[in-house]
Amino acid sequence: MNDTMGRYRTMIGHRLFWPIAVLVVMLAANTIYRPGFLSIELKDGHLYGSPIDILRLSAPLILVALGMTLVISTGGIDLSVGSVCAISGAMACMYISKQPDQNSLTVVLTALAMALGVALVLGVWNGVLVAVIGIQPIIATLILMVAGRGLAQLITQGQIITINSGPFRGIGLGHLLTLPLAIFIALAAALLVAAFTRRTALGMIIESVGGNAEASRLAGIRSGRVIFLAYVVSAVCAAIAGFMMTANVSSADGNAVGLWVELDAILAVVIGGTSLAGGRFFLSGTILGALIIQTLTTTVYAMNISPQTSLLFKAVVVIAVCLIQAPAFRAKFSRRRRSAPPPRPVADKPKEQVPA
Amino acid sequence: MTDSRPVLTMTGISKSFPGVRALHDVNFRLFPGEVHALMGENGAGKSTLIKVLTGVYDTDEGAITLHGEPVSFTGPMQATAAGVSTVYQEVNLCTNLSVAENIFIGREPRLLGAVRWGEVRRRARALLARLDLDLDVSAPLGSYSLAIQQMVAIARAIDIQARVLILDEPTSSLDAGEVAQLFRIMRQLRDEGIAILFVTHFLDQVYEIADRITVLRNGGLVGEYPTAELPQLSLVEKMIGKELDVLEGIEEHSRRDLAELEEGTPLVAVSNLGRAGAVAPFSLTIHAGEVVGLAGLLGSGRTEVARLFFGADRADGGQVAIDGTSSSLRTPAQAIDQGVGFCSENRRAEGIVPELSVRENIILAMQAARGWLRPIPRRRQDELVDKYVKALNIRPADPEVPVRNLSGGNQQKVLLARWLITEPRLLILDEPTRGIDIGAKTEIQRLVTQLSDGGMAVLFISAELEEVLRLSHKVAVMRDRQMVAQLANDEGLDAERIMQTIASGSHREEVDR
Amino acid sequence: MTTGSLTVPRRTRFRLPRRQVPVLATLALLLVMYGIGVSQYTAFSNVQVIFNVFIDNGFLLVVAVGMTFVILTGGIDLSVGSVVAMTAMVSADLLQKGLPAALVLVIALLIGPTLGLLMGCAIHFFDIQPFIVTLAGMFFARGMCTFISGSSIPITDGFWTRMSQERIGDPRGNFVSISVLIAFAVVLVAAYVLAYTRLGRNVYAIGGNPQSALLMGLPLGRTRIAVYTISGLCSAIGGILLSFYTLSGAPLIAVGMELDVIAAVVIGGTVLTGGSGYVFGTVLGVLVLGVIQTLITFDGSLNSWWTKIVIGGLLFAFILLQRLIGIRYK
Repeated sequence: MNDTMGRYRTMIGHRLFWPIAVLVVMLAANTIYRPGFLSIELKDGHLYGSPIDILRLSAPLILVALGMTLVISTGGIDLSVGSVCAISGAMACMYISKQPDQNSLTVVLTALAMALGVALVLGVWNGVLVAVIGIQPIIATLILMVAGRGLAQLITQGQIITINSGPFRGIGLGHLLTLPLAIFIALAAALLVAAFTRRTALGMIIESVGGNAEASRLAGIRSGRVIFLAYVVSAVCAAIAGFMMTANVSSADGNAVGLWVELDAILAVVIGGTSLAGGRFFLSGTILGALIIQTLTTTVYAMNISPQTSLLFKAVVVIAVCLIQAPAFRAKFSRRRRSAPPPRPVADKPKEQVPA
Repeated sequence: MTDSRPVLTMTGISKSFPGVRALHDVNFRLFPGEVHALMGENGAGKSTLIKVLTGVYDTDEGAITLHGEPVSFTGPMQATAAGVSTVYQEVNLCTNLSVAENIFIGREPRLLGAVRWGEVRRRARALLARLDLDLDVSAPLGSYSLAIQQMVAIARAIDIQARVLILDEPTSSLDAGEVAQLFRIMRQLRDEGIAILFVTHFLDQVYEIADRITVLRNGGLVGEYPTAELPQLSLVEKMIGKELDVLEGIEEHSRRDLAELEEGTPLVAVSNLGRAGAVAPFSLTIHAGEVVGLAGLLGSGRTEVARLFFGADRADGGQVAIDGTSSSLRTPAQAIDQGVGFCSENRRAEGIVPELSVRENIILAMQAARGWLRPIPRRRQDELVDKYVKALNIRPADPEVPVRNLSGGNQQKVLLARWLITEPRLLILDEPTRGIDIGAKTEIQRLVTQLSDGGMAVLFISAELEEVLRLSHKVAVMRDRQMVAQLANDEGLDAERIMQTIASGSHREEVDR
Repeated sequence: MTTGSLTVPRRTRFRLPRRQVPVLATLALLLVMYGIGVSQYTAFSNVQVIFNVFIDNGFLLVVAVGMTFVILTGGIDLSVGSVVAMTAMVSADLLQKGLPAALVLVIALLIGPTLGLLMGCAIHFFDIQPFIVTLAGMFFARGMCTFISGSSIPITDGFWTRMSQERIGDPRGNFVSISVLIAFAVVLVAAYVLAYTRLGRNVYAIGGNPQSALLMGLPLGRTRIAVYTISGLCSAIGGILLSFYTLSGAPLIAVGMELDVIAAVVIGGTVLTGGSGYVFGTVLGVLVLGVIQTLITFDGSLNSWWTKIVIGGLLFAFILLQRLIGIRYK
């Protein structure tokens, strides 16, 4: 039994090996370039430093990527998350800006509840298009991706809504136990999604639907409901990320909030080892993927390269990761290595017990 | 009618794949102006032979000649160019393109690089007229029925001056009228001197159209016969083979009397359940503790019956009663709720979820029935999984291994375990012993007996009559998509009689009800 | 009609040809929108309004033509917007460095197809989803833009300004720009290629059923790589036209343009799963987008964001329409 657990662990370790290696290399490169990179200092009861910044800034991406992981695991994709971020952020800011007392906690909570409600509706919309009407996910979510930007601007009337609300700003910039609150929110969401999927049977059912939809149907899984749920969860995650993005700058810009976050999120999921074809998903890998992307952005920024140019590096990362994952590419490598590791533990097992 | 010299010969063809001898010393010849049926059960080597002929596979041994010249094609394109064209079971055309274009794409008449559409249409009309078909050649192919699409595929195939036309199960999705159209064209082409190799599972069709029959079994040649000299019963015997002497050491369990078993309300009773294009309406009852065998050749509708019982396909009409009360089996989830389990014959596509572990694959159906909010506690999972891994002797005995790493037989056992832990009242097993080694096969047969003794009803499908006979209390016989008989499995029933029923389609000595 | 020995049942003989329904719907929509415009605003009936739609959307039209090729094969190209921007940036940068206009044109027109070729190869040889490959292409091209310059580069070259300012018109003063003529040339060439060449027919066949296409002996890989190269070329031409239009290269221009382009192609009746659609439909789709913008500009009370909402709504309507009439090959 111990043996199997050990093997299980090595498998997990293997899966996350490359993402961790990339992250470590990037951090090391930064430290060489700027020796103080990894230092953290305590100021006014808050921790400061580049690692903390990376964690804080990656929080929205982690949130979006968590939902995206579930959607991709079912064999789908959600392009609309960026628009959902913008709509929910705009919704919350709009409501708060209209209230006399922007610092009231009830006002902020009402705003969040309203925006979350809207996000739920958007998630349901995507879910219905994909799971009920049966439109291809990439197309179905494209609709909201396009129209959502317009809706966000409609809510803000094309203005950049600036608010001055302490509690709301706290979502993005507040601190708890010396650490940025955003880190805790992302962590809580991650734990919640993990519990939601791994403590219940949902995770396995999602993987089953993504891995073999027909076999799942014949095993009695009502796959429509599972897929529907994934899109709703994705929208809710995106909404919370939208709050963070707007809270960071205390303003909502329907055009800019969450721009391209869908692409970063998909990238994070893929880096984390979840296949775009669906099936097994790895929440820890996704979080690592998001951290890698944010570290990359921060690195590029720290090296005084324009942030847009970080896209060049992203392109390289995307291609590298996809090539590593592509069966056609892998085949060329594994053909050379195939002889050494036995992919058939079946036959080996009894032999182990026989002394040579 | 038949020329004395064959247009095509294949001699001493052998072909092996790692671990499997697919063809062994097979001879085959095809004369101009004949329809030659290639017959055999699953795994007999029909498709391998066709693939060797068209160059998809190399031969290990043997020679092929075309018009007396030795040939060795490197692929279907080259075979087509040499006049050997294939039309596949699934129409391999593009339904979004026009009829004319489907016939000519890839070799359109052109002028300075521009396709001459007028010429394309004119030639297409001429070609179709030769087949006596009146179609609008500029309409998209998808607007025509499958039968017409099949004929367009034939038109495409023969335009390349085909001398040999291979039709690989072209009739499997056609209805009777459409088959008649197809046969009319086949006869016409035959009369024009084209040699036609025809693969089908429908016995009636063979006797209607084929001039000669070549039978393969287990990769070997059984023989070549003029159709007129081979009665249907002999054909079935030759295809299935008389392996009546292979009774492995399964203890013959005291078979309960059918009449006794069928007392009281049946567990499941269906009447007039059917689905157009899949299986004609049939009625069948299954009682608790009863094993009903489904016998019939490949493609006779065995699997389709099973799928209707499980709600995997939706029936067009008919009634279902469970425990005597009216019910329905419209989706798998609904069937599972009613206590039905179904092991598909297609393990890979419809059974296992390859990425998931053995444990997860086993608990999948049980978990689905409980809903995701009520996960099976891990300890309970391990108990159940351990129990069945041991009971079914699943190797490797590590439940965390991805199921794709298991051998076919072990995957089959995992699927059995998946259903057994749901404790179904009716278990449908579609070819559970196909493609697995003899040991696993015996284990599964023994298990079926145990389950039925314990009160479970089993619908057992197998291509091997012996197996069906050994396990079943009642045998329902399928032929050409119809349930033609239900026979009580008493002393009077043997493989011979089932074969007769399959061959003749007679309803003699049907079980009441 | 059916005097032959065989009666062939066919469902569509007396109905609207199914595949043309989306295009006809787009045409109807366009006419209705134009009608609304003319009835509401007197200035709308001016021919120059239509010409302006073309002038403002010429580059979009060219890019959409390239996208039509890709979508017809069942693929997608997310890189187009970035490639347009990159082409404009490269042109502006090279012109600023003093290279002759002709050389700049050649270089700028080569970059897009090269990137497209590479993406096509990655998609075909490594079997990676087009979505991801072209996403990487999008990142790459956009990154190159800012790598060249962080801010906008003006173009003062004589050839460019001439192309920008040249007006081709009738005596009454209505005119189009040279870009519009180039766009029309691209449309005509593309329509010819799709309808009359083997490459074009293979594009349709592959979009209809790739496995069948392969079994029929059609060059699957070559065609797939070709469509991404064509899309790259169209994006490059679009980039040049955009630089004629704006007389500058800006790193953040044409952001999100891929969405407009995909929307135009879909609204133009091309099915996103491939195999069905026409360049003519794409022209209509671009016109629909253009007329929506014009209508919203004419109506001072509506704001620009309505454009996106309306486009999203139309996208939904057309996808639903495609489903309802059952154009789903594969």
